[in-house]
Amino acid sequence: MEKFVLLNGIVAPLDRANVDTDAIIPKQFLKSIKRSGFGPNLFDAWRYTDVGEPGMDNAKRPLNPDFVLNQARYKGASILLARKNFGCGSSREHAPWALGDYGFRALIAPSFADIFYNNCFKNGLLPIVLNEMRIDHLFNEVNAFPGYKLTIDLPRQLVLSSDGATQIAFEVDAHRKHCLLNGLDDIGLSLVHAEKIRAFEARRRAEQPWLFG
Amino acid sequence: MPQTLYDKLWDSHVVYVEDDGTALLYIDRHLVHEVTSPQAYEGLRLAGRKPWRVDSIVATADHNTPTTDWNEGIKDPISRLQVETLDANMREYGAKAYFPFLDKRQGIVHVIGPEQGATLPGMTVVCGDSHTSTHGAFACLAHGIGTSEVEHVMATQCLVQQKMQNMLVAVDGPLARGVTAKDVALAVIGKIGTAGGTRAAVEFAGSSIRALSMEGRMTLCNMAIEAGARAGMVAVDDTTIAYLKGRPFAPTGEHWNRAVAYWRTLVSDPGAKFDRVVKLDAREIRPQVTWGTSPEMVVAVDARVPDPDKEKDPTRREGMERALIYMGLQPNTRIEDIRLDKVFIGSCTNSRIEDLRAAAAMVRGKRVAASIRLAMVVPGSGLVKAQAEREGLDRVFRESGFQWREPGCSMCLAMNADRLEPGERCASTSNRNFEGRQGAGGRTHLVSPEMAAAAAIAGHFVDVRNWK
Repeated sequence: MEKFVLLNGIVAPLDRANVDTDAIIPKQFLKSIKRSGFGPNLFDAWRYTDVGEPGMDNAKRPLNPDFVLNQARYKGASILLARKNFGCGSSREHAPWALGDYGFRALIAPSFADIFYNNCFKNGLLPIVLNEMRIDHLFNEVNAFPGYKLTIDLPRQLVLSSDGATQIAFEVDAHRKHCLLNGLDDIGLSLVHAEKIRAFEARRRAEQPWLFG
Repeated sequence: MPQTLYDKLWDSHVVYVEDDGTALLYIDRHLVHEVTSPQAYEGLRLAGRKPWRVDSIVATADHNTPTTDWNEGIKDPISRLQVETLDANMREYGAKAYFPFLDKRQGIVHVIGPEQGATLPGMTVVCGDSHTSTHGAFACLAHGIGTSEVEHVMATQCLVQQKMQNMLVAVDGPLARGVTAKDVALAVIGKIGTAGGTRAAVEFAGSSIRALSMEGRMTLCNMAIEAGARAGMVAVDDTTIAYLKGRPFAPTGEHWNRAVAYWRTLVSDPGAKFDRVVKLDAREIRPQVTWGTSPEMVVAVDARVPDPDKEKDPTRREGMERALIYMGLQPNTRIEDIRLDKVFIGSCTNSRIEDLRAAAAMVRGKRVAASIRLAMVVPGSGLVKAQAEREGLDRVFRESGFQWREPGCSMCLAMNADRLEPGERCASTSNRNFEGRQGAGGRTHLVSPEMAAAAAIAGHFVDVRNWK
């Protein structure tokens, strides 16, 4: 997994609440057996004016000029600013894969759906929860200043504006922070405890043998 | 100290806890399907790892499988590759049970787990599918997980988890005729919102829940995720135990007796503390119909489509306006005046035998309205289909003008050929009314099987409390 330490990037605003994972990556693209290549189909139904299917040449498809990611000022954005309950719905990890493949490394919203939130960390994507007032303020800033950038400092757990006027602290679990900072895969970390898992399993097998075999 | 059911399930599965509360939680049952597993098996292969405990895995192909012409196989090559990839992974790594495409026991993973007795009280159950919350009906701790976690569980038999909050949803009183578990679920979501259960494990309790069958409890727990809760659950009682007895993978003999004695303890203790409590009076719940593009956009069948002009919160108002445009609806339209193009009875929410019986009872001796282009019933599994056919329900549906299909996820998420065309309006017993969920541009109204069946006959929504 790619490490996440400091990020300085353009912010793209997606001003809708309850953005679901079907919107982030529509189901016709879930048929892939790979983890990569989902970026061109991120927000497919909003981004293009035709109906997307796997195998199409996305470069030739008609773009929806009103959709935020199609506007020149947000080209190259790596931070997505969103509204409440972002990522609700399906558990498909294709959603963070598509966001990451597109180029996003951090998401900022007042709240995220649980499974999506969890899936982000597994893919080097940092979801940051800030209160509604802060989010409103950031939406105003992004709308007012073309090319608006933020810096995300994970070690210090801070979101910073380029002029230094904005400095917002955020929370992240120590374990998840450690994994992101070091680009660590959870499996290796968990297998450090393999003996404990085996001992637990042996006890369980004795107490509830009907769960095994 | 008195414990909640969730506290008990959590405590009995913790292998190890870090200082920040991050725990390794042991997983008893891993349900696997073709969409969220290929990348996980690929990850195992690349890392040179093997599944930790093959006998914890029960697998099936459900999301991509067609519901017609099974003799012709899976025509879409991309869908076929995904299903064949699961076949290959099953051959290479094995499982306790695999019900492949065309097997008589194949079906929606959340229908076949309980049906086989592969879901048992006290288990932790995971699956790369958000509707895994369904299994909580059996007093399991059941989570939907992403593909990285699927791989993690395969490699370690554990999930890295932080303990969630305890939330109680208490529903008391008798449900009116025509009001079902689906209506309770939608009414709860209407009350608390789609983020109302975020970071919580929800226990459904109260006399109305106790009176529900296991099928009804599964419908309710299935929809917990639509309220934002990763897990929903119901305590063990006689109904739970009666359902499990004699299931293929349920314990037998001495193990059965020991299991039942343990399962009886899987209830919240009197005085157990919940972080959040929500109460509903069942007598106030009417048949529910969603009008928008989120399950929280829901009203009773005898109500009207809400008016965004009356909403003060600007983000909510914009969301309502956008939803009404997408849905092609005018504010203040009577729900009963909404006319439909298609009707779908199926999905992991409502495709079990009881759902099909209830729907069949509505349509027996009646005809689907001429204005309905397609009314289809998709049983949750091959065994549900066979049972329904033994009871003659297939004939009832067919004679009414419904199509009787092969089992699978079908038009709940439209990964196979079953889908809505742009602009088509559907009464659906599934769980999500998101934009494009049932097909690009499709318009979904979530309802109970009874409501969907009656709407097929009438051509528009009707209040099933008055159905004759």
